[in-house]
Amino acid sequence: MTTTEFTNPDPFSGSYDTTDGTVYNLGGGDWDSIAAAPEGENERIVVNMGPQHPSTHGVLRMILELEGETVVEARCGIGFLHTGIEKNMEFRTWVQGVTYVTRMDYLAPMFNETAYCLSVERLLGIEDHIPERANVIRVMMMELNRVSSHLVALATGGMELGALTAMIFGFRERELVLDIFEMVSGLRMNSAYIRPGGVAQDLPSGAEEKIRETVVLLRKRLKDTSDLLVDNAIWMGRTVGVGYLDLTGCMALGITGPILRSTGLPHDLRKSAPYCGYENYEFNVPTQKTSDAYGRFLIRIAEMHESLNIVDQCLDRLVPGPIMIADKKIAWPSQLSVGSDGQGNSPEHIQEIMSESMEALIHHFKLVTEGFSVPAGQAYVPIESPRGELGAHVVSTGGTRPYRVHFRDPSFNNLQAVSAMSEGSMIADVIAAVASIDPVMGGVDR
Amino acid sequence: MSDLPVVPDGVAEIDLVGVRKGAFGSQGSGDTSGFGGLVAPIVMPGASIPPFGSWYDEVAEELALSLVDAGVSGAVERIVIDRGEMTFYVTPENLIAFMTECRDEPALRFEMCTSVSGVHFPQDKDRELHIVYALLSITHNRRIRVEVSIPDSDRHLPSLVALYPSVDWHERETWDFFGVIFDGHPALTRIQMPDDWVGHPQRKDYPLGGIPVEYKGASIPAPDHRRSYN
Repeated sequence: MTTTEFTNPDPFSGSYDTTDGTVYNLGGGDWDSIAAAPEGENERIVVNMGPQHPSTHGVLRMILELEGETVVEARCGIGFLHTGIEKNMEFRTWVQGVTYVTRMDYLAPMFNETAYCLSVERLLGIEDHIPERANVIRVMMMELNRVSSHLVALATGGMELGALTAMIFGFRERELVLDIFEMVSGLRMNSAYIRPGGVAQDLPSGAEEKIRETVVLLRKRLKDTSDLLVDNAIWMGRTVGVGYLDLTGCMALGITGPILRSTGLPHDLRKSAPYCGYENYEFNVPTQKTSDAYGRFLIRIAEMHESLNIVDQCLDRLVPGPIMIADKKIAWPSQLSVGSDGQGNSPEHIQEIMSESMEALIHHFKLVTEGFSVPAGQAYVPIESPRGELGAHVVSTGGTRPYRVHFRDPSFNNLQAVSAMSEGSMIADVIAAVASIDPVMGGVDR
Repeated sequence: MSDLPVVPDGVAEIDLVGVRKGAFGSQGSGDTSGFGGLVAPIVMPGASIPPFGSWYDEVAEELALSLVDAGVSGAVERIVIDRGEMTFYVTPENLIAFMTECRDEPALRFEMCTSVSGVHFPQDKDRELHIVYALLSITHNRRIRVEVSIPDSDRHLPSLVALYPSVDWHERETWDFFGVIFDGHPALTRIQMPDDWVGHPQRKDYPLGGIPVEYKGASIPAPDHRRSYN
């Protein structure tokens, strides 16, 4: 250890020598100059809100410059949940990529999977060969997912504003949807259910009845939530006129989803660029003209009812048929079935590859270990996620693994609006504004 | 396997971005299969020949006209229509002029730049970094992609924040992951990685860590050094 390090271990702290030895001044830094700053109306303080804060909707750090209780400047710090998913995918097969993307926006896993799969399918040139039943199941899962995602938006948003009953209601209803996901895919979240070419497995027996019952129950319960909040004076006092962002602001900042629709523009990719057969369903695009947090809340409520209507139509459209593309070079070779241990491949398939057909075994092995190749090119198929435009820019160089996958996540883009929405407002309104953006940090940071 | 031909119809020239060698992604091991000797070009979809059909011709013509009006020439290297998506390959020096026309020309009206992304092709000499912009016109319900290639030795691009404020964070992300310097960006700092991070992780030459295991100094190799199909 050198002398300089010992006598002055902290560059910001001073020290002086006395007869008893060196005395270190722990004040240090520029504290003196800050403390000496003029007090009164010009006093500004910088508050770091988050990343560990219950009201910032996840690990979001907000750097707020305050003048009293008024926000002068608001900036976001993100990246606390960055896990390098996009980089990881470059070392996995195309099918394995689904397992990664589902973990991005963890409240809307079905949407991540669909966005990725649609881009891969466009690269493969098999968009028109996806079986009808697979498309209907995809739409149904996505719309159920939209309900569960909006419920969390209401629940956490309500909790952050002190409406704890909204939180209890929201998470309770969401669990109904997650039960369906568990029944269909085996997992409540991160299900990796939607795969390139179709879906992983067919609906289990009894799923349709279960979904029908749940839709009825959800309609009833959603009414409870809206009765609780829609005309609630306290709720309106916290959200009306708060987090204002008009159409011009939305256009400039690339904002999509409920925030854009709260300005009165009925932009919804399910209508303007239908995918997965959305052109076959009847639904409305709810809008508001208030451009504020309350309008976004009303839109989310209305969208949940529209989603349930779409789920009803999906159930009516479901007819038996394949759920995976017929092309054996792409479709996963085996079907899962529930064995005595709760999981496993189907016994017929094991019988075939182990004792009947050597070629089937080779095919299974090649497709599972090597995977399929995707022709070189790039594709971007955006879909309407609960938060806005979600798209995967997928680049292939003709190999068995993605060359580059970039997710355009709506949360990431929409978080840029925090400054525009909350500068000049009270600090308490920042919470309401961020809650109305409904960012999911897993999607923001990826 | 798919409906797409190996060499798409209506392609004027091919776009070679790299070379694939071998079949298992590893070198130097005792590969006796013979597949290790494979050499194949990596060819991206090439320039399309007009007429493109659908609304593509209208956009291409309007853009050409408005670029002439603005006194810009040589902005578009080529136009690629592939899998129903339209891509303009634009020269870096004309990027601002091109994007301005895209946004302001009433017949084009691409109001939104929804995304900026990068792709790193280390073998594409003097065009190693491809920056991809996604434009959306809600007015006309159209989408185009704008791609710019820059050399790794001079990683500068003009920032589009003044034109499309939405690209602020997207450009920061592209700087963070690829090291592209967007000149004129108001605060080009890292956004996902920590501020003191060294290197740009999405680049293909970014070193990946292996994992040492407690067995006679062995280690699990980094993902890009493992034996795997490519």
